[in-house]
Amino acid sequence: MKHVLETKEVSGSPNFHLTRLEKLIDWAVNQSRANSLWPMPFGTACCAIEFMATAASRYDLARFGMERQAFSPRQADVLICAGRLPFKLAPVIRRIYDQMPQPKWVISMGACASTGGIFDNYAMVQGIDTIVPVDVYVPGCPPRPEGLLYGILLLHKKIKGESLFDAVRRRDEQPLDEHGLRLPPAEIDEISEPFGNSVHQFRSA
Amino acid sequence: MNPTVPALQATFGDAIGRVGGARDGLSVAVVAAGRLRDVMRWLKDTPEQRYNYLVDLTAVEYRDRERPLEVVYQLRALERKLDLRVKVELDPQGELAVDSVTPLWAGANWLEREVYDMFGVVFAGHPDLRRILMWETYAEGYPLRKDFPLRGRFSRSEQVRQALNTSPEANYSLEELSIAEAFDELPPDMRERLRRGERARIAESE
Repeated sequence: MKHVLETKEVSGSPNFHLTRLEKLIDWAVNQSRANSLWPMPFGTACCAIEFMATAASRYDLARFGMERQAFSPRQADVLICAGRLPFKLAPVIRRIYDQMPQPKWVISMGACASTGGIFDNYAMVQGIDTIVPVDVYVPGCPPRPEGLLYGILLLHKKIKGESLFDAVRRRDEQPLDEHGLRLPPAEIDEISEPFGNSVHQFRSA
Repeated sequence: MNPTVPALQATFGDAIGRVGGARDGLSVAVVAAGRLRDVMRWLKDTPEQRYNYLVDLTAVEYRDRERPLEVVYQLRALERKLDLRVKVELDPQGELAVDSVTPLWAGANWLEREVYDMFGVVFAGHPDLRRILMWETYAEGYPLRKDFPLRGRFSRSEQVRQALNTSPEANYSLEELSIAEAFDELPPDMRERLRRGERARIAESE
């Protein structure tokens, strides 16, 4: 507790600490949130196999308070998109995200979920951040369990830095705008630009 | 050479075009599009032929623009252990239409829907010719055609917008949903959507 709270020793007495109520509440809330994340696995491809390996006994996701896989978005805190996301699944993941209660976080696991990966084609969403806000991107094709665990620990770190009382940093619902998009169209186009090897391909046949 | 091929030529004459062996050793017969239903019925129902299993149904468009688009039927006679490949050639610039073989082999239903979805070939007489892989309001065309750009015709933001405006429930007809029996217990808005057969609601972009 000492490293989180600003403590002040008064007149050499070790019997009490002074701090701000906000900090105490943030510390308590964020510790609880970070250390008991319930993941909602959205596994669509090979990354989901690696996710299962992470959850199984050898790497044991339960060590990080993620014992319970919530296969219902209503009882989940963090959406883990493991695998590529075709456009046909875009409204599905958006609805799942909307159904999750606040506060909620999203981990984009693997190259395809983060950027479209090798699937730079007509059928694939080029990064799920065009659909839902993403907190942690885990690179890899697929990422090893260590990679995913590192991403989860980064998410813990991010959660512990959040504050209930900071109106600017409070997480908004980020609803779809009147076009049904989360981001302005120009931004989506920019995010979806060809990436890596595929810049050498032409857009028109 | 599969003995069915000469029998086909003897029975149907001009309706059978090019015949020959493919590189994988299978016999191939090209059939005129107008006679396809007759030829297929003959292959399935004639006691000497009995091609009772439609292994696959797909289509090929070649890079060479001069070559026709082919619809390929892979047939097997299970009792006789014989395979035959039947092709129909269509002009990719013209109307892509051929008779459905779903009345003969029920398994052709989804295969023909896939060919329709990916190539735009219309199967006359198909009981339920809808897109099967892409969603039903998909408006960019037929992805496996050679004139289709790899990344699609619309901008990425427009693709995302159209995809997000699709209703996930509406991708299935009520008969396909296993919850069809529970129709009366569904939420009223979902019942209404299913009853109207509404597939998606896409707001006008500016």
